Amino acid sequence: MRVKIENLTKRFDDAVAVDNFNMTFEDGELVALLGPSGCGKSTTLNMLSGILPVTEGHIYFDEDDVTKVPPQNRGVGLVFQNYALYPHMTVLENISFPLEIKKVPKEERIKRATEMARLVQIDKYLDRKPKALSGGQQQRVAIARALVKQPRLLLLDEPLSNLDARLRLEMREEIRRIQQETGVTTIFVTHDQEEAMSISDKIVLMKDGHLQQVSDAQTLYDDPHNEFVASFLGNPPINKLYGYIKDGKFVLEDGSATVNIDNPNVKEGQTVVLGIRPEAIQLNQPQVDLTAVIKQRYTMGKEELAFVNVGNQTIRVYLSNDYEFAVGDSVNIKLRKKGSFLFDRETGARI
Amino acid sequence: MTKKKVSTFFTYFFLIIGALIMIFPFYWMIASSFKTAAEYNSYPPVWIPSNWLNVSNFVEAFKAAPFARYFLNSVVVTVSCVILTSITTILGAFGFSRMRFPGREVIFGLLLSLMMVPFEMLVITNYQTVTKLGLVDTLPVLILPFSTSIFYTYILKNFFDSIPDSLYYSARIDGASNWKYLWRVMVPIAKPSLVTIILLDAIACWNSFMWTQLTIHVDKLRTLPMGLFVFMSDEGSNPQLQLAAATVCVLPMIILFLFARKYIVNGVARGGIKG
Repeated sequence: MRVKIENLTKRFDDAVAVDNFNMTFEDGELVALLGPSGCGKSTTLNMLSGILPVTEGHIYFDEDDVTKVPPQNRGVGLVFQNYALYPHMTVLENISFPLEIKKVPKEERIKRATEMARLVQIDKYLDRKPKALSGGQQQRVAIARALVKQPRLLLLDEPLSNLDARLRLEMREEIRRIQQETGVTTIFVTHDQEEAMSISDKIVLMKDGHLQQVSDAQTLYDDPHNEFVASFLGNPPINKLYGYIKDGKFVLEDGSATVNIDNPNVKEGQTVVLGIRPEAIQLNQPQVDLTAVIKQRYTMGKEELAFVNVGNQTIRVYLSNDYEFAVGDSVNIKLRKKGSFLFDRETGARI
Repeated sequence: MTKKKVSTFFTYFFLIIGALIMIFPFYWMIASSFKTAAEYNSYPPVWIPSNWLNVSNFVEAFKAAPFARYFLNSVVVTVSCVILTSITTILGAFGFSRMRFPGREVIFGLLLSLMMVPFEMLVITNYQTVTKLGLVDTLPVLILPFSTSIFYTYILKNFFDSIPDSLYYSARIDGASNWKYLWRVMVPIAKPSLVTIILLDAIACWNSFMWTQLTIHVDKLRTLPMGLFVFMSDEGSNPQLQLAAATVCVLPMIILFLFARKYIVNGVARGGIKG
C-alpha cells in the first residue's frame, strides 16, 4: 500500500514535534525514519498508526484519507519498542489475539497464528508465556502479532533498541527477510544510522520535526543536502573545518591555510564549513591541499586513525600502512572531491 | 558461629511463642466445639477432645438456632457484595486510570477525601436512606450500601496505572475496544490485586456486624455473626455449643484465605519487579 503524508503537523501545547511534513512511501518499501532523539520520528509513526491525533495535515493510505480513522480501523500492525506483549497470554494467544477480536473462528485463528509463528520462527514456543522468552524471541512474537491480521502497513518503533548487539544484527536481517517475504509496506523508526543504512530501501532523515533528506542510504552518505545530514551519518563522523571564502578559495578561520575549491556557487566573504569524510583525506600524496600535525593516534578495529591539527582546528584522518607516522610529525593532506562538501555556516545548507 | 546459632534460637523461640499465642484461641475454639459439656467444664482443662468426630455440638447448635439459614444469608450477602463491589471497582478504576474526561482528578480527589469519613458517621445517613427506601429488614439492605468501595477502587486504579500504555495502544491497534481491553487484558493482569480486593471485601462483608444489628430485626434474615451474637446470649450456659457455632462462622473465611493465599503473595511479589 502507498502511504502519503501531506503537510503533517503535530503540536503538543506549544511545542512543535512534527512540522509540515510531506512524504510518500511507495508500496512494498522498507523505509527507515531516522533521526536523533526528539526529532519527531516516533510522533510521526504514532500518527500513522492512529494512536496520536494529527494537529494539521492529512494521511492517505492509497486513496483513502485516514487522518481521522481510529487505529483499529486503519489496518496497520505496530510493534512497540518494549514489544507490549500481553503477559498473561501464551505466545499463541498473543499472536491470535487480533484475530480473536475480529471474531475469526478458533480453528482458522490457530492455523493462521501458527503459520505466522513459523514465518518468524517462533513456532517452537507457542505455549510459553512472554516472560519465559528472550528479548529477540519476544520481538518475533510482537512482529507475528502485528502481521497476523495481514495489515496494509507495518510500523516498527525502535524495534532493535532493546536487544544486545549480536541479536540486533540477527534481528535486523530477520526484519528484512520477513518484510520481503510478506511484501508489506514497512516503516520503522530508529536513531541508529547503521541500522537504517543496512536494511532499508529508503531513509527519511528528520531533525527537530523537520524533514532533512529522503533517499537511499548511499545517496544520503555521498550527497548530503545539509550539514546536519552530513554529520549525522558516518562513523567516524565527518570532519569539519570552519573558515570563509576569499578569492573563490576556502580560507581557514585563523587564516593559516587556503584550500582550492572548485565550486561556482560560493560568494566572496561567505562564512562556510568544509565537511570532509575521514576516508576522503589522503596523506602524503603529490598534490597537497593542507598540511597538518599529528596530535594523537588511536585504533578502531583494524583501522588506525589520528587526530591531526590543521591550523588551530582538529580533524580525524585514517593512517595508511605505507608510511611511518609519529606524533608530532607533519603530514601533507590531499582532499578527494568525493566526500568533501561545502556548507553555509549560517544555514547549514550545502553550497 | 555459635553466636549466630544463639540468635537464631532466640528468633525462632519468640516467633514460636508469638505464633502459639495467635493460634491458641482458634485451637481452643475448634477443639472445644468437639468436646462434651463435661470435658469442657472439667478442671484441669482437657486440651484434646476425646472424640474428634463428636459433632453433637454442631447438631445441637443447629437445632437450637437456624444456623443453616444464617449461613445461607451470610453467603448470599457476601457473594452479592463481592460481585457488585468487584464490578463497580473494576469499572471505576478503569475510568479513573484510562479514560480522559474533564474533572477526572478533582472527582477522584473528592472520592478519596471521603475515605477520611469514618463508617460510624455514615451509619446515620445510610440508615435514613435505607429507611426511606423501605429496605429495612430485607437482605438488600446488607448488600446495596456495600456495593462500591473507594478504597478498593483506589488500589486497583494504582495497579491499572502501572500497566504500560503500550499494552493499551497495542490492543487498540489489534482492534480491541476499551471494553474488550479491560476484560481481556487489564483484568487478567490485575488478577493478584483483584483477588486481594475480593478477599478483603469478602471478609469485611462476612464479619459485618454493626450495620446488620441496626437494620435487621427479623431472625430469618440474620447473618452468621448476628445470629451468633443472639445465640451467645440465649445459650450462655453451653459454651461448647457457642464455640461450635463460632467455628462454623469463622471457618469459611479461613478456608477462603488458605485458597487465595498463593495469589496474594504473588501479588505482593509482582509489585516489586518491573514490567
